[in-house]
Amino acid sequence: MSTSDRSAGPGRPGTLDGMISVERLSKRYGGHTAVDDVSFTCAPGTVTGFLGPNGAGKSTTMRMICGFTPPTAGTATVHGVDYRRLPNPGREVGLLLDAGAMHPGRTGRETLRLSAQVMGVPRRRVDECLDQVGLNAVAAKRRVRAYSLGMRQRLGLAQALLGSPRVLILDEPANGLDPEGIFWMRGLLRDFADRGGTVLLSSHLLREVEAVADRLVVIGAGRVVAQGSKDELLAGAGTAARARDPEALRAALDRAGLPVRAGTDGGLLVSADPGAVGQVAADAGVALVELRPAESAGLEQIFLSLTAGDSVREAVR
Amino acid sequence: MSADTTPSSTETLTRPPAVPQYADGPGGQRPSLLRLTAVELRKLADTRAGYWLLIVIALLSAGIVTVLLLSAPEADQRFENFFALGQFPVGVLLPILGILLVTSEFSQRTAVTTFALVPQRHRVVVAKLAAGAVAALVSVLVSVATSAVGTLLATLGGNPPDAWSTSAFAMLGAAVFQVVSVLMGIAFGLLLQNTPLAIVLSLVLPIAWSMLGGMISKLRTAAEWLDTGLTTAPLIEPPGAGDLTGGEWARLGVSVAVWAGVPLVAGLVRTIRREVS
Repeated sequence: MSTSDRSAGPGRPGTLDGMISVERLSKRYGGHTAVDDVSFTCAPGTVTGFLGPNGAGKSTTMRMICGFTPPTAGTATVHGVDYRRLPNPGREVGLLLDAGAMHPGRTGRETLRLSAQVMGVPRRRVDECLDQVGLNAVAAKRRVRAYSLGMRQRLGLAQALLGSPRVLILDEPANGLDPEGIFWMRGLLRDFADRGGTVLLSSHLLREVEAVADRLVVIGAGRVVAQGSKDELLAGAGTAARARDPEALRAALDRAGLPVRAGTDGGLLVSADPGAVGQVAADAGVALVELRPAESAGLEQIFLSLTAGDSVREAVR
Repeated sequence: MSADTTPSSTETLTRPPAVPQYADGPGGQRPSLLRLTAVELRKLADTRAGYWLLIVIALLSAGIVTVLLLSAPEADQRFENFFALGQFPVGVLLPILGILLVTSEFSQRTAVTTFALVPQRHRVVVAKLAAGAVAALVSVLVSVATSAVGTLLATLGGNPPDAWSTSAFAMLGAAVFQVVSVLMGIAFGLLLQNTPLAIVLSLVLPIAWSMLGGMISKLRTAAEWLDTGLTTAPLIEPPGAGDLTGGEWARLGVSVAVWAGVPLVAGLVRTIRREVS
């Protein structure tokens, strides 16, 4: 029996339950490498942001975790086992991989009822989840064809929550949500993790993930380029400074031997603490209009360097 | 049951209790095939396309009976004839329902959810086949009902000879005919995974083969074994519908193996291997 496999496993309970574990995962399509040797883990109680520009391999990685795409090499497990060996996956992992993948001819409620029937959860869960994602009775009765992308995302999230899973895997869940919706979703995911759940969510927007994630995995062209706790990745980014006369500030910083590079917003990024930068400016008689620790600017630089050409605009949108 | 005396339950008692996975109860139960079949039956009717196709099938069944009542000679207004003629429209439309049950999963991309909840894809396919078979059997019951109403009306307006005579073979024959038709549809759907292509080919290929067999004399023997139009006819055509000889069963078996079995196996392999996105 597949159920006894799990309860007899050495890791239960505590160590592997609730974990998402990706080890040296790779996927090649012919000569093209979509995912290249990706490894990371997600632990209970955390939100992991999976960041990267479009086409970086986020969706492919997530599809490999869920058994939709066979990996060329490496393994991925959820709760310590291959996703496809979970006896009733809907009760253990909530998935939202593609909000567009719903039958337009079914009503929102019917879409959830079918899933509830497969998972064997009571019907009242359907209405609870619809309520939880803010789809009212009128919306639930309408066919998905009439839903906006934001409503489909909400319905998809309701479907993911239906089986009361302890793990959520969400691919670009904020797409199509309005600012209020994005704020609401952050609260929902934060609360889910704070109650001991594990969340892996992908995005191509740094700002969107930064507000809710504890950990970040940044991927570019199929490879992990940075990963760690958000604080780790955002620390040590130096100082953002802006002066009335940028040329004079730059010259002064160069003279002082502080490494400087241009920031994304027209200011300067200096690899030194704000005190040192302020002192240099004061000594040179340069008036500053802005001086602050550069929180995400470092990460934003990494992120930008991953993208080239047309996709740059999208990545910093 | 005296649970405390059987050795197996004492074992159960001494084993440590299973750790409850979640607060709301254990989630480890694999959904049964029965449950999956019920879900697939529900999918047959919960979209507009499926719902209207079912209605059209019911209306056509009733329509055929009405046409016979209005136009056929009184002597032909018998249960056997109502029942036999009713099988044709159902036999054309029911496979389309079977095709949609499979292909819409791919065209509407609901396969993402279906296979996420049941990663053992062959179990989904088995549930779809079972749901199709159930739908086919229900259609036979509906045909029996509409034919009975027709016969009743005919006997009220006149006195057709042997109005109610029929046999269990006729029911069996119709049931086999409809189940085979639906399974063929599902098999084509699985193999082609494209709604219009599957519908067109499942209708055109057997007809084309039938025409070739009729025109080319060298193919005649092969056609007798492979033309589903010919091999399934004894199942539904009165007199003696459903009462097949050994040779007729053999021909039916061979044609079904070729037109349903082969695409089914190939389609199953394709569905299991397919990368779903």
